[in-house]
Amino acid sequence: MSESRDVKVLGVWASPFVMRARIALNLKQVSYDFLQETSFLTEKSELLLKSNPIHKKVPVLIHNEKPICESLVIVEYIDDVWTSAPSIFPCHPHDRAIARFWAAYIDEKWFPSMKGISTAQGKGAKKAAIDQVIEGLVLLEEAFVKSSKGKPFFGGEQIGYLDIALGCFLAWLRVSEKMHGVKLLDQAKTPGLVKWAERFCEDPAVKGVMPETDKLLEFAKILFAKMRANLPK
Amino acid sequence: MGEVKLIATTQSLFCARIQWALKFKGVEYEFIEEDLRNKSPLLLESNRVYKKVPVLLHNGKSFPESLIILEYIDEVWKHNPLLPQDPSERALARFWAKFSDEKVIFGAFGACRTEGEQQEKAKEAALESLAFLEKQLEGKKFFGGEELGYLDLVVGWIPLWLGVMEEIGGIKLLEEERFPLLHEWSQNFHQIPLIKECLPPRDNLLSYFQASISYHRSLAAKKP
Repeated sequence: MSESRDVKVLGVWASPFVMRARIALNLKQVSYDFLQETSFLTEKSELLLKSNPIHKKVPVLIHNEKPICESLVIVEYIDDVWTSAPSIFPCHPHDRAIARFWAAYIDEKWFPSMKGISTAQGKGAKKAAIDQVIEGLVLLEEAFVKSSKGKPFFGGEQIGYLDIALGCFLAWLRVSEKMHGVKLLDQAKTPGLVKWAERFCEDPAVKGVMPETDKLLEFAKILFAKMRANLPK
Repeated sequence: MGEVKLIATTQSLFCARIQWALKFKGVEYEFIEEDLRNKSPLLLESNRVYKKVPVLLHNGKSFPESLIILEYIDEVWKHNPLLPQDPSERALARFWAKFSDEKVIFGAFGACRTEGEQQEKAKEAALESLAFLEKQLEGKKFFGGEELGYLDLVVGWIPLWLGVMEEIGGIKLLEEERFPLLHEWSQNFHQIPLIKECLPPRDNLLSYFQASISYHRSLAAKKP
């Protein structure tokens, strides 16, 4: 297909946001070059700085030499371009709005609360941060029940936009659980999401790009040590 | 197409963009003015997660978050499209909308409500973000091209709301010499009848920002 001739993803293996772009391309069975930023923690490549001069962040999708930035914008773009393959977005405008709403919630509220667990100082603050993450997951459980209507994914029979928006964080969720000795995705409070998480991770479009928990845990330890070293005293 | 209602306030720039979109599409709607100091059961029920305006009510369903509402409106009423047809142009419009809401609005408000050294720093960041927007207008009358589009509605707060923030904050960000394209766009934008119709009275906005900026400054003064 002529559209697939030149597709590149600029990113890092550990980033959940980069995963979104890769899962979407996999769902559409589009081949792409994965260009990894190798010194991401210390130095950004010239290609990244040129392709995303505003935010200087990954992921960047480069399609026919045009850069597209911001992971959710990228996923929508992929769905807009490769229209012959299964749809990532729901068909009905109402369902599309709901998917966009929860994806924005995940990025603007839920993910920052996840980050909050690692930066919380002291037991009390840590517990409050953990409670906030779980509260968010309970809301997302409700959203899952309503969206899926008894089917395996938010998107129905197949992985869709909202599955990608949340599912990309599953490896980091497991890392957080291991690091802090806590259960975030819990059978009692979020039974639907627990089963959904298993199905999501087993999906062929996801399997090759979801990092292994132990490898990510090692990476997380290095990352957090660097962040702590950079904090003002 | 079903009854359309909008829970909103006249002062909110996020609500104005929805009114503009509905008028652009020629959609009749009922405007439900909300008192944010005393939120109505309707708002609390329609936007349980954020409890904020605007919320669009259509066919018995509620839609919060202004950028999401804009996309919904464009998808339901397909004539007079707001978003471009080309996928890469659409992606760009969405990217700049997000940038405008995350960096430009809060950057500008940050510069207007702070004082002294903090204001200088905030002003620099705000000017940088405005410069990125200025560049997007090169060779175009509107962000949407020859006609109004999605991004024009999203940054449509600049001509009125930014001017008011600047006045109360005692700072000038959108200087004509520095941003000639944004300046010209602002004048063209405000001449459009459907835009003018939904603008709140300037005095109302002045009072609102006077209160808001004083409050922020008094909080900042109390910090050690």
